[in-house]
Amino acid sequence: MQPFAYRRPSSLAEAVAILESSGPEARLLAGGTDLIIRLRDGTLRPSVVVDVKGVAELRPGIREDDGRLVIAATTVMTDIMADPRVRRDFTALAEAAAVVGSVQIRNRATLAGNLCNASPAADTSPPLLIYDATLVVHGPGGERRIPLDAFFVRSGVTTLARAELVTAIALPLPPARRGAVHLRRTRRRGHDLASVTLACSVDEHGLTRLAYGSVGPRPVLGVDDSGALADPATPEAEREAILDRLLADASPSPRSMRAGPDYRLAMLRVLARRGIQGASERLANRSTT
Amino acid sequence: MTTEPTIHASDTVPISLVVNGRPRSMQVAAHRTLLDVLRDDLRLTGAKECCLVGECGACTVILDGRTVDSCLVLAVEADGSEITTAEGLASNGRLTPLQEAFLDEGAVQCGFCIPGQVVSAHALLAANPDPTLEEIQEGLAGNLCRCGCYWQISDAVLATAEGARR
Repeated sequence: MQPFAYRRPSSLAEAVAILESSGPEARLLAGGTDLIIRLRDGTLRPSVVVDVKGVAELRPGIREDDGRLVIAATTVMTDIMADPRVRRDFTALAEAAAVVGSVQIRNRATLAGNLCNASPAADTSPPLLIYDATLVVHGPGGERRIPLDAFFVRSGVTTLARAELVTAIALPLPPARRGAVHLRRTRRRGHDLASVTLACSVDEHGLTRLAYGSVGPRPVLGVDDSGALADPATPEAEREAILDRLLADASPSPRSMRAGPDYRLAMLRVLARRGIQGASERLANRSTT
Repeated sequence: MTTEPTIHASDTVPISLVVNGRPRSMQVAAHRTLLDVLRDDLRLTGAKECCLVGECGACTVILDGRTVDSCLVLAVEADGSEITTAEGLASNGRLTPLQEAFLDEGAVQCGFCIPGQVVSAHALLAANPDPTLEEIQEGLAGNLCRCGCYWQISDAVLATAEGARR
């Protein structure tokens, strides 16, 4: 691994100041499960690595604040999947966190890191999109909020500006009774990256939110607010037409090694149908989510 | 156009750890991993260097109560932490029941992955003393065994849990 300077700021202001003074030569380190691989293989050669785990404002934790569940930036997957509020109100996120990497990876990997890494295959992105997540971001200009759908650009690229960092992920508490599910296809059981990853929610008013990843340069959110997609009484041709629209932005790369584009598109449709069915069943069976 | 990679200076940072119950203080370069420091500086060679991308689990150690791939942790990140490696499981020369079960069930063939397997299984049983087969398979999914001893390894964990119930 190439040498670098190591900084461990204890406050947000200090972290932002380091990012401002070091420019693009600095990289943020949270869990390290993506960064250290790329430091070792030489695809990243920063002069400064800024470890944010000492920053007081970013300390791990999940709290309720003003109608939102707020997940601090350095909260790891193991704690997200075990949190009773996440499991109850954001079930698809708990399910997605539980399939990221292995136990060892989930013990280190942070939610903010998973998002900032901006892998199109990140399993936590589709659930956070259906749950209308907002990123709380700090930078030289103070705090701003970025809706997650406006955060992803393409693989490895986000709308974070220079010297900005994500401090928390905020999820509005469920405005209506809903069911939700996360589903994925992998090449093998156990520890693998997703060939298709998808989350779906259906609420008591028939609103369907469907988000999917690993089928294009960034994860995609589709919404049906007509109620027709989730209504079993809707004629099949009409439901398929709505699905066509929701899945239209899928554009899998022919160069990916995990699965070919035809397979991904076929499985995306299968997972979408299963997702709507699974979310509807959970809606019917549960009184709170 | 190709550019020469820039070589930057690395910080040398003082760290203090407790490794297998023993306090250790040292100076480490910021770009060295916990795995490198355990193996090369502390001569604890149970944790193995293998895939270096967090897929095989041969370098698994317990960091503040949780298993990690030590190839994906910088040594400086572990400052102030307690670490248990495979060498720290046995006490006074006596293997733990889990380690005995690995031997009894024939779970050890070439042995390369076993320190990581035992550390992961130890942490699994500490969190969940009576796991199902499915929970064992998920709990050990981050530890690959190229000899294919997965059934024997699962049996060893099941036998340990059963022994603890009796």
